[in-house]
Amino acid sequence: MSSEQLTIASLTDRVKSVAVGAPVSAVHFLGERGAFVCAEEKVAIADATGEISHVVVHGGAILCTASDGKRVVTGGDDGKLVALNAKGETSVLATDAKRRWIDSVALHPDGAFAWSAGKTAFVRSGKGEEKTFDAPSTVGGLAFAPKGLRVAVAHYNGVTLWFPNMAAKPEFLEWAGSHLAVTFSPDNKFLVTAMHEPALHGWRLADNRHMRMSGYPGRVRSMSWSAGGKGLATSGADSVIIWPFASKDGPMGKEPAMLAPLQARVSVVACHPKQDIMAAGYSDGTVLIVRLEDGAEILVRRNGSEPVSALAWNAKGTLLAFGTEDGDAGMLEF
Amino acid sequence: MSELSSQKIPVTVLTGYLGAGKTTLLNRILSENHGKKYAVIVNEFGEIGIDNDLIIGADEEVFEMNNGCICCTVRGDLVRIMDGLMKRKGKFDAIIVETTGLADPAPVAQTFFVDEDVQRNARLDAVVTVADAKWLSDRLKDAPEAKNQIAFADVIVLNKTDLVSKPELAEVEARIRGINPYAKLHRTERCKVALADVLERGAFDLDRILEIEPEFLDAGDDHHHHHHDHDHHHNDHSHSRGGLKHYHDEDMQSLSLRSDKPLDPTKFMPWLQNLVATEGQKILRSKGVLSFTDDDDRYVFQGVHMMLEGDHQRKWKEGEPRESRVVFIGRELPEETIREGFESCITA
Repeated sequence: MSSEQLTIASLTDRVKSVAVGAPVSAVHFLGERGAFVCAEEKVAIADATGEISHVVVHGGAILCTASDGKRVVTGGDDGKLVALNAKGETSVLATDAKRRWIDSVALHPDGAFAWSAGKTAFVRSGKGEEKTFDAPSTVGGLAFAPKGLRVAVAHYNGVTLWFPNMAAKPEFLEWAGSHLAVTFSPDNKFLVTAMHEPALHGWRLADNRHMRMSGYPGRVRSMSWSAGGKGLATSGADSVIIWPFASKDGPMGKEPAMLAPLQARVSVVACHPKQDIMAAGYSDGTVLIVRLEDGAEILVRRNGSEPVSALAWNAKGTLLAFGTEDGDAGMLEF
Repeated sequence: MSELSSQKIPVTVLTGYLGAGKTTLLNRILSENHGKKYAVIVNEFGEIGIDNDLIIGADEEVFEMNNGCICCTVRGDLVRIMDGLMKRKGKFDAIIVETTGLADPAPVAQTFFVDEDVQRNARLDAVVTVADAKWLSDRLKDAPEAKNQIAFADVIVLNKTDLVSKPELAEVEARIRGINPYAKLHRTERCKVALADVLERGAFDLDRILEIEPEFLDAGDDHHHHHHDHDHHHNDHSHSRGGLKHYHDEDMQSLSLRSDKPLDPTKFMPWLQNLVATEGQKILRSKGVLSFTDDDDRYVFQGVHMMLEGDHQRKWKEGEPRESRVVFIGRELPEETIREGFESCITA
């Protein structure tokens, strides 16, 4: 495998190392600066020159995180939901009354945000109004629909579509098994969950038709919509699996594209916000940039470490940031 | 895999019927001066009198796996909690999972067999069951959960022994042994047990299946005679087969099989897999050390319901009797079918 890598184009010498100093579980961009969310307590904010500052956001583990580009919101095992802005200022958005773990968080472009603790999902609107919804079991994941104030709440045996501002009964999409991460397609036509078993499940929202996306050797922990929502790139296999969503039937009856195979598991994926390229991180520490059209690869980081656990592009698509489980991190400017 | 297992975080499952003394034991583990830090997953906050930011409330959500196997259940909340705890790796040495008094230990144990991520970071150490010496005999009659917990246990802490007479204690021990003769049993008052007797047992470590459980070797004979006043194989000292141990009308039994002739792996493995596939709901625990034909390695396996794991363990030592031993603990085990199946795997 190493000889193969030597033959592909490499950008490894242009990566600026970022001294996060702790395991990284996610990365976001606040403008041009990378916000590296550590497994515990801190977020490290770094720019493309490698200049770095650490901000303490939680008293323990950081369990979930989301960003809208203006702020990073994290939930912790200290029962707090904390927002961090580009200036490095923090504010506590919510504190769980029973100090339960904050398991999931999602942000809406208009400033609303949702979080969950145990079976309860919370939404606070941009105006500060708070609503709650009790799921039938622990909430596995949350996502805002691209339009309107609608929240997908993933749980055991399905997903509930909750409309916090309407009296209407939440809509229940049933599928046996434990549903964790959940995401709407950018065109609002499909809903996809990553299940506890190694599979995705999807619904076409017009008619709730099911889509089963299985065959993964491992659990899918990372999903990313390609530019324009034409495909959904996923981790969990030894190549990047990309399900086609360009047609009205989505991936129904179609085979996924399988790109950038390595002798390691894909651990995290991030599609470029504008172009048909993506970044993929692997369990052996490799980071590749992959062209979706033909699978052409560029090496960003060599193998030989703990798994890559975080990847993100800035909104313009000019910067890529990554982080690993053993605390290595870097940024690459294009 | 066994070298790696030592780096994984050990997980002790603490079970026991309501009021048996689980919380007392937990408080002892947490307050004793052992220099170790435990992450504790509990059902009820507030019962633990120790201030510890690593005490996590659980919801005991039992999820079926989507693999068509109905007894293949896992604790969904545990998968999530383990994920979160792994972010704090290095901040604690071991994990204790307390279950409610009415819980079946199987989904907890199966979580550690089924979930890849959990398995990568943690290993099941032992199932420790706290039993109330005064009330257990009654609970075994009216509470199937209590029976499950005894049958599943690697370690039984028989608590509140000061509240019963000697004959009562002998009676309850006989009932426990009638269900599970293989667990280590400790008699305690107020759960006063050496922590080394309940923690770091390695009961699910394939390498230690025998080393830590001498009862396992002698199970067919020793405990049988000490604790039971009737049996089917009283004079069976051929060591070719063990005995089905009954205490009156217990529906939960253990069945031990042995052979000093080698087994045919091409027959035994399919037989075992088929057995747990068809009778897995009845079989709570299984363990075995096997001598295969033309194989100088000992093969060891263990299982929980339908899930099995096994591996070549090491070379048979010189002079060590190459004997195969298999134990099943379960409910209404089809003894004759199992016995005949096992015999048919012996190389002629």
